[in-house]
Amino acid sequence: MLRFGRGLLLVLYTLIIAVPLALVVFGSVKTQQEMFASPFAPTLSPNFEGYRTVLGSGGLGQAFLNSTVITATSVTLTLIIASLAAFALARVRSWLAAVVYSVLILGMAVPAQANMIPQRVLFEVLNLLDTRIGLVLINIVVTLPVAVFILTAFMRSLPRELFEAAAIDGAGDMRTFAWIVIPLSLPSLAATAIFLFVMHWNDLLYPLLFIQSPDKRTLPLALLGFQGEFLTNYPLLFSGIVVASLPLVVAYIFLQRYFVEGMTAGAGK
Amino acid sequence: MRRGRDPAAPRWTIHLFWAPAMALFVVFFAIPTLQALQYALTDWDGYSADFNNVGAQNFVRVLTGDSLFRNALINNAKFLLVVLIVQTVLSLILAMALIRNTRTSILLRALYFFPTILSSVSVAFIWKFVYDPAFGLANGVLSALTSLLQMLGLDVAAPTLNYLGNDATAIYWVALAQCWAHIGQMMVVFVAGLQQVPRELYEAAALDGAGALNRFIHVTLPQTAPALTIVVAYTTIQSFKAFDLILGMSGIPPKQSMDILSTRIYTTFTNNEYGYAAAQSLVFMVVIAAVTFVQRRGLSRLGREDG
Repeated sequence: MLRFGRGLLLVLYTLIIAVPLALVVFGSVKTQQEMFASPFAPTLSPNFEGYRTVLGSGGLGQAFLNSTVITATSVTLTLIIASLAAFALARVRSWLAAVVYSVLILGMAVPAQANMIPQRVLFEVLNLLDTRIGLVLINIVVTLPVAVFILTAFMRSLPRELFEAAAIDGAGDMRTFAWIVIPLSLPSLAATAIFLFVMHWNDLLYPLLFIQSPDKRTLPLALLGFQGEFLTNYPLLFSGIVVASLPLVVAYIFLQRYFVEGMTAGAGK
Repeated sequence: MRRGRDPAAPRWTIHLFWAPAMALFVVFFAIPTLQALQYALTDWDGYSADFNNVGAQNFVRVLTGDSLFRNALINNAKFLLVVLIVQTVLSLILAMALIRNTRTSILLRALYFFPTILSSVSVAFIWKFVYDPAFGLANGVLSALTSLLQMLGLDVAAPTLNYLGNDATAIYWVALAQCWAHIGQMMVVFVAGLQQVPRELYEAAALDGAGALNRFIHVTLPQTAPALTIVVAYTTIQSFKAFDLILGMSGIPPKQSMDILSTRIYTTFTNNEYGYAAAQSLVFMVVIAAVTFVQRRGLSRLGREDG
């Protein structure tokens, strides 16, 4: 009985997850007529008009490029800045280190809505509104606390003797960092990188607040624009979803372990 | 103790390593957070050069005179409650069903986790289709089930629900979309927690003649307390910041029936009420802190009693 219940539950839940996803993929290659006539059946004559439209006049081509550049830059810079800080925080045990750590970690408890308005004013003053650099900067700032948190926890688990032995051998902190700590931290860095990738790639709030020009929109922002434009043109919406998710899906297939690790560690953000 | 005597001690230059992080954080995060406090005491509209100090007036308005804010607070509470219950229960059950590292379990866990990586805007669009009253998936499934029952000779009519179009229940349907996206993520947390439970505990309980239900109540539940604490905390935070999902499903500005606190603050802000929005955001922060605090107290008591 218990075994039967388990099987039934798994079959049902698999359908709940898989069917909507499959319908998105099927629907993205339908015409709108086919969609209205039979919303659930896969089409026998796939049609890529939807993709052509969203990538061209829908603006997702440009948005894809923007998202790629902004995400790659944000992830790289956040990782560098956060791992430098994490190394120092793992290496030094002093009241100053404790203060720096607490201040940074406290940032995780502050919801985005609490400081987004002064941030926007500040960015306006600095002429960073409606720029890709501005988005990179805000991405770094808001994800630094989580990244420092994950990386510090990992680097603190490295044996202290390692740092001390390197120092006694005459290695400066920079060399210890670059040649010993970073190679040993690769698994943790990978998980953090994946977490940051998902956060930055999918973020809607800051593009919504900071970006006005259509040619600077990121994927979620451009996709959200479909709401009004293509209201219930599902083939177009679905093509948009596939385009916006593709890099994540490909990465997930190959780096699944790091997704689970990184997104679980950072889920509190 | 003087530095520099001990060759293993870090040099003072180590402090430079956290300088970039601290500088960015203080200038672009900490100071703006403090400024929000300052804004909250004014009636600034975001562009005028002058504004008035209005004291606590904004806070009085948030707490007593703003029916839109109260509506968003109530919606947020409903949303949180549904997600907390449905997501926590289902993710725990799925974790128990998939606890062993067999090929099938690993594959299904990967599939269930998958929606977590999608952007909330994508999830919102998928669920707009599911909930489409005319030819959406949910009503499609309902009508298929009804015709199945009719074939069996039962006299039932196919219900067609309006989901997001029904103001009284829209927020609950949005909450289910949130669950769909994050159940797999919480399941993974539970799996990690459950796999740490020593097998001997179950064996001992079985020897004592405990049935499946008793084993669940007396072994599994107390042992999952740490994972449960994490799941509840994550779920709560995610429910307060389900901003993208609401905008994706309801548009900008969201309909009142689906408005939650984060979207309410955003709307106030886009109406150029910077001072008032800042006050709302601080109340928002206090609400999150209070809910999290109460939950932590409750859960630590649970852990103590059972463990």
